[in-house]
Amino acid sequence: MRISKEEIEHIASLARLYLSEEEKELFGSQLSSILDYMEKLNELDTKDIEPTSHVLPLSNVMRDDTLGYSIPRSDALMNAPDRTDKFYRVPKIIK
Amino acid sequence: MKLYSLTISEARNLLDRKEISVKDLVRSLYERVDAVEERVKAFVTITRDEAFKMAEEVEKEITEKTKVTGPLIGIPLAIKDNICTKGILTTCSSKILSNFISPYESTATSRLIEQGYVLIGKTNMDEFAMGSSTENSGFQVTRNPWNLERIPGGSSGGSASAVASDECIAALGSDTGGSIRQPAALCGVVGLKPTYGRVSRYGLVAFASSLDQIGPITKNVRDAVILMNIISGHDPLDSTSAPLPVPDFTAVLGQEIKGIKIGVPKEYFIEGMDREVEVSVKEAIKNLESLGAISVEVSLPHTGYAVATYYVLATSEASSNLARYDGMRYGLRVEGKDLVDTYMNTRANGFGAEVKRRIMLGTYALSSGYYEAYYRKAQQVRTLIKKDFEKAFQVVDVIVTPTSPTAAFKLGEKIADPLQMYLSDIFTISVNLAGVPGISIPCGFTSNNLPIGLQLIGRHFDEESILKVAYAYEQATEWHKRRPNL
Repeated sequence: MRISKEEIEHIASLARLYLSEEEKELFGSQLSSILDYMEKLNELDTKDIEPTSHVLPLSNVMRDDTLGYSIPRSDALMNAPDRTDKFYRVPKIIK
Repeated sequence: MKLYSLTISEARNLLDRKEISVKDLVRSLYERVDAVEERVKAFVTITRDEAFKMAEEVEKEITEKTKVTGPLIGIPLAIKDNICTKGILTTCSSKILSNFISPYESTATSRLIEQGYVLIGKTNMDEFAMGSSTENSGFQVTRNPWNLERIPGGSSGGSASAVASDECIAALGSDTGGSIRQPAALCGVVGLKPTYGRVSRYGLVAFASSLDQIGPITKNVRDAVILMNIISGHDPLDSTSAPLPVPDFTAVLGQEIKGIKIGVPKEYFIEGMDREVEVSVKEAIKNLESLGAISVEVSLPHTGYAVATYYVLATSEASSNLARYDGMRYGLRVEGKDLVDTYMNTRANGFGAEVKRRIMLGTYALSSGYYEAYYRKAQQVRTLIKKDFEKAFQVVDVIVTPTSPTAAFKLGEKIADPLQMYLSDIFTISVNLAGVPGISIPCGFTSNNLPIGLQLIGRHFDEESILKVAYAYEQATEWHKRRPNL
């Protein structure tokens, strides 16, 4: 399967990645051959096979609704590229 | 004997008998780091100041008798750089996190701290654990101490190389598709991937959440057991950690393996695998038989589909997990003309080629119109792979395979061909998909003096059986005692 340049650009935009022209070219051909390899899976009949998302028989793990430890605000903000005293500062979102 | 070459239990004896101090041990390790690190390049961050501070505190606790016993008091370990250590850089060997100081401690390392360990440094890895050679690090290329022109394996290549080079007493790694076991095999040390859910993933930077596990990389099986006793167990901070009691793994050491059934899957001895690897592994199986194990041929018929299944599921999970690196709360931010432009600039500049490739692949597999064909299909095949193991484990107690189809390959040999690189995980990947535990132990050397690894696979939450067999084998052989000439 050959992935077109338009498709690569579409996926990159979904993934919020700028790609250089060389990257588009390279990933286009590499993803095509990887996806070809993955076609192997279609050799198998998986009708009526339950999908496994997770190997443990665990679901909806709950805890009591009580106050526990959380990271102090100053620690949570310490890696922020841009911040005020109490908040992250981000580029304008609403136009 | 140099102190840096000790195992955990050997160092424990000397410390308990007061023949050496914690600081003596730490000093010896840094002397070793100073002597070999320039060639090996196993560490992203060397935590010398913190280590001596930790050593000081531990010695104070020993003197004041507030901490009297425990296998790990004062033992210097290295930690893979995708495991969060509070107040210390945790970069995942990625430019996007090159300035990230973790504001919290992972559960696994919290447990090591409670036991009084000393952190030697954070080890290099393939960026976000994506790779099989550690060549995908955003910072440096780690070398295999057995041959500096060869890769150490990956993604925990820094941890495995540091252990094999005696730059730490032991280390923690993480394993999503073989990232503990394959580098352990290629560096001639012991590496254990526990059952999924055995060790908390809290504070392990997520790559593929349904597959990731933290585990030990050590000089021998006994040390792996010591670390497993400490890092295992339920953690309320990880909803996928199993609420099960943890056995005392030391109980298996020295148990005989007479009558234990070991399965040899015919699909793991294939055309194209290295002849010397095959010979060593078959020799190891004979050795286990001579110790009383009964070998039985088994079949894991969907083995040939594991790599394809894995690279659909792992990249899909990764594309979702890595969406968080947007330059807003931590890490790199490269400003653009608006919000989306900033996101895209940040990610284009912060991620390396393999990470971008996997994000693209995962995004594709999850995108509209392809989800059923790729993601759901792979989840169904995952069920078949898991059932293969369940069926085999009705007949045998442990499955024995090579860890890797070849010994360490040359730097640059596979980096241009991602699919060839992915296929180097062919023997380790099924174990993560099935969620079962697996260990790699040294079982021989090639004619070029490169280590070969034997993989033992167990039932869910039965690390005891693989550790028992691994220890019995190790006692009967000398491979684990060989060290590289650096």
